[in-house]
Parts: sequence; C-alpha cells; structure tokens
Amino acid sequence: MPPTTRLLDAPAMGRVLARMASELVEQTAGGGAVVLVGIQRRGVQLADRLAPLIEPQLQLPLWRGTLDITLYRDDLSAIGQRPVVHETRLPSDLNGTTVVIVDDVLFTGRTVRAALDEIADFGRPRRILLAVLVDRGGRELPIAADVTGLSVTTTAGDQVSVSVKELDGEDAVDLSRGGRPPGASA
Amino acid sequence: MSTAILGKDLVGLEPLSGDQIRAILDTAEPFKEVSERQIKKVPALRGKTIVNLFYEASTRTRISFEFAEKRLSADTVNVQAAGSSISKGETLVDTARNLEAMRIDMVVIRHGASGAAQFLGARIQSNVINAGDGKHEHPTQGLLDLLTLRDHFTNLAGLKVCIVGDVLHSRVARSNIWGLTKLGAQVAVCGPATLLPRDIAELGVTVFRHVAEAIQWADALNVLRLQLERMTAGFIPSLREYNRVFGVTNERLARAPKDILIMHPGPMNRGVEIDSDVADGPHSVILPQVTNGVAVRMAVLYLLAGGSPDWAAGGGDTA
Repeated sequence: MPPTTRLLDAPAMGRVLARMASELVEQTAGGGAVVLVGIQRRGVQLADRLAPLIEPQLQLPLWRGTLDITLYRDDLSAIGQRPVVHETRLPSDLNGTTVVIVDDVLFTGRTVRAALDEIADFGRPRRILLAVLVDRGGRELPIAADVTGLSVTTTAGDQVSVSVKELDGEDAVDLSRGGRPPGASA
Repeated sequence: MSTAILGKDLVGLEPLSGDQIRAILDTAEPFKEVSERQIKKVPALRGKTIVNLFYEASTRTRISFEFAEKRLSADTVNVQAAGSSISKGETLVDTARNLEAMRIDMVVIRHGASGAAQFLGARIQSNVINAGDGKHEHPTQGLLDLLTLRDHFTNLAGLKVCIVGDVLHSRVARSNIWGLTKLGAQVAVCGPATLLPRDIAELGVTVFRHVAEAIQWADALNVLRLQLERMTAGFIPSLREYNRVFGVTNERLARAPKDILIMHPGPMNRGVEIDSDVADGPHSVILPQVTNGVAVRMAVLYLLAGGSPDWAAGGGDTA
C-alpha cells in the first residue's frame, strides 16, 4: 500500500506549535483583542494547544472560538452525503478584533475562503490572520498562511493527515503518497 | 458512501429508523445556534427554490418552515389554496407539475387528505416534505417535540410521555407515537373514548381514561389541541365537561409525584385542554418547542437537499 512518512511526531509537533505561538504573538502585537478561532475539526484542538502558549506572552485579551464551515462550503450540492455539522461558537462581536484562523492543513484554500465568509457574517475584525500546522501547497484560490508550522510539497493524490491526542490518540503528522506519478521531488 | 441520511422525501416518522431520527435531531443541534446569530443566515441552500404549498390554514408551521428556508438562504414561494388556481379546481398533481415546470427543488406541503404528501412525492422529482397531511402525520412537529424532550431529559429511552386529548384527529399524535417508540420511550394516550382511535393499543401505547391517572405516570405531557373545527359530530358533551375530566390544571399537576414537562403543539385553547397558569407556568416548554421547530426544519431541509432519489423507495432501516 502507499508508503507513509511521518513528518512530525509528538515532540516535534510540540516544538512547531511553540514556534507558531511566538510568531503569532509577534504578529498580533499592538492590535485589539485576539480571537483564536479553530476550524472544526482538528483546528479546534490545535487552537486549544496554542492558546496557553500565547496567553502569557500576550499583552491583550485572548478570546476563543470554534468555527464549522460546512454550511458555507461552495461544493455542498456536488457532494452526495451531507457532512456532519459541528458546533460554531464565536464571540458575539468581532468588530475591531484580530482574528486568528487556526487549521490543521492548508490545501486548496476553499475551507479558508468559507471561513472568511462566515466570519464576515459575525462582524468586521480589524485583521484576520491564518495559522496552519501544515501547508501542503496546491492552492486553488489566492490565499496564503501568515504563520505556517511546516511546509511540504505534495501532489493531488497525496494525503496529509494530522492526528491529535484528543481525537486520534496521538499527536502526529503523516504523509501518504498517492497513486499519482511518483516523484515531484520534495 | 453516497447513501444519504434521508431519502428524497420526508412523509412521516413511521418509515424512518431510530438512527435516522437521531441523525436528524443531531443535525438540528448546530442549527439552533444559527438562529441566535446577529446575521441569522448561512448559505447552505443558496440557489435552491422551495415552494410552500398550503392547502390548509397554518401560521406557526408555515412561518417556521419559511424562516428555516430563509436562514439557509433558499428562495421561497408561498402558495395558499385560496386565491390560487387550486380554487379553480386544479388537481394537486397538476399544481405541483406546473410548479416543477418552473424548476423548483422542494415542495413543503400541508393538505387535508391523509397520504397527500406521499402521493405527491411519488409523482414529482422534487423533494417533498410533509407539513401535515389529514390525520396521518406531521413529522416535523414530531421531530421538534422529540428535540425538546431530548433537551430536557438527554436520553429518551424509558421516558414516559403521555399524549393528552384529541388523538383521533391528530397527526401530531401519530408522528409523536412513531418517533417516541422508535427512540425507546414509553408512550401513553389519554382522552375520551370518542377521541381515541379504536385500535390505538396496537401501536404499543398505554391508554388512560382520566388525566389524573396520566399525571401520576408521566414524565412529560404533550397536550393536544381540541380541534374544535372538526368537532361537529358530537365527540364530547361540552367544552366545560371536557375540561373537567381531561383539562391539564395546576391543581392536578400539584398531585403528581414529580415535576412534569408540559408541551403543546399550538394553537392552544386556553381553559379547555390546558389552563393558562399551566401553559405559562415554570414547567411549560411550549415556546422552546417553537424555537426548536425552526432548527429541526433547517436540519430536514439540509439533509433532504443531499438525498439521493433512488434511496427513498427502500424505506426503513437501511442506514
């Protein structure tokens, strides 16, 4: 079966998150309250990890939120099965805040596009940043991350899977090479 | 992989499995939050056209469906029997086919004839949702009652729910009985013999002849509206007498061994089947029922929009 490479194990993931946290502190300095918004599902757990790393260094209030973008997807009628909708919980007023969208993998950019639309329905943040654990390339929209844990070059058939203790029993990032032409040197 | 949670139509709760009903209720949970937002709208059904085809009067159900549709960004049209070509004698199927020729996606139908929704669903391509057909079923009301019960009791297995009143004419009662029994609740009915279907016990429900007995037994009462407009045949001696034996009053509830949750599908006849101090009392969830109605209907619309048409025919316990 397709070979799987472990890109990050638990200690490495911890170090990457710590670095992402300090970059986020730097980038959010001098703004309004910071709202850390995890995208369902694994972005929520990653935001949970980042929050305690950021909070002591931050001179600003840190708020939390979760976002389910299912209802904002642009491919809803193209997919047969309705995906399960998870909880969305955001501060009632985002005006003037710095929102940090936290997600596990950045790929086509469509999830982030949907998240931006949804956030716009909750208010007008002063700034929106994007923090992702893995950027695997392959963008279909003009979207880029502000803080990236790990960049990896992939082809469309590859699978990047992020596991978190809370849902999957371990912290890890794995890459399985798909059936597409081998190579695309990393 | 491509099996949807629901089929093409939602005709009633009888053809659904317990798992399907639970899936609808679980889907309704996140939709509750959408109605609490400042901008109460998500784009999930953008571009879908939905016709609300109402052959019978309705305020709550029609508005609730309309809110649910609009909060999912669907485009909606309301057709009422009076003032449309229905009053010129057009048949149900012709009306629906004409609507379909204008490229609609879903029909929400309320009709006085039992089976109207199923009849229509078999004849048109669009999704059909039953918003009450004769004395048959009113599935979204049943679902919102289940959701409200689940909000309070978490688990419905073993819960004792008594449906009080005019069970004979009530599609709400039938949808409740199917839904509750499929989720493992114990169901009883209570009402005058003239207003209970003759073979009601065959649905697996207990029968009480006096509301005082029901109150001793139940965790929750679902009090039905006495359908005065259908009462021309002398089903009860008088409203006062009905109230004396079957009215849910604070004096009666005070003798219950525990607090009983009070539900009513509306519209209420205050002082007939339910007293005002009960309807407005601390254990009444009549208004939360209405709130849940919008969430449940959003869930049904959302799930049906992803249904595969060939699946519905299989019915029951497929997934």
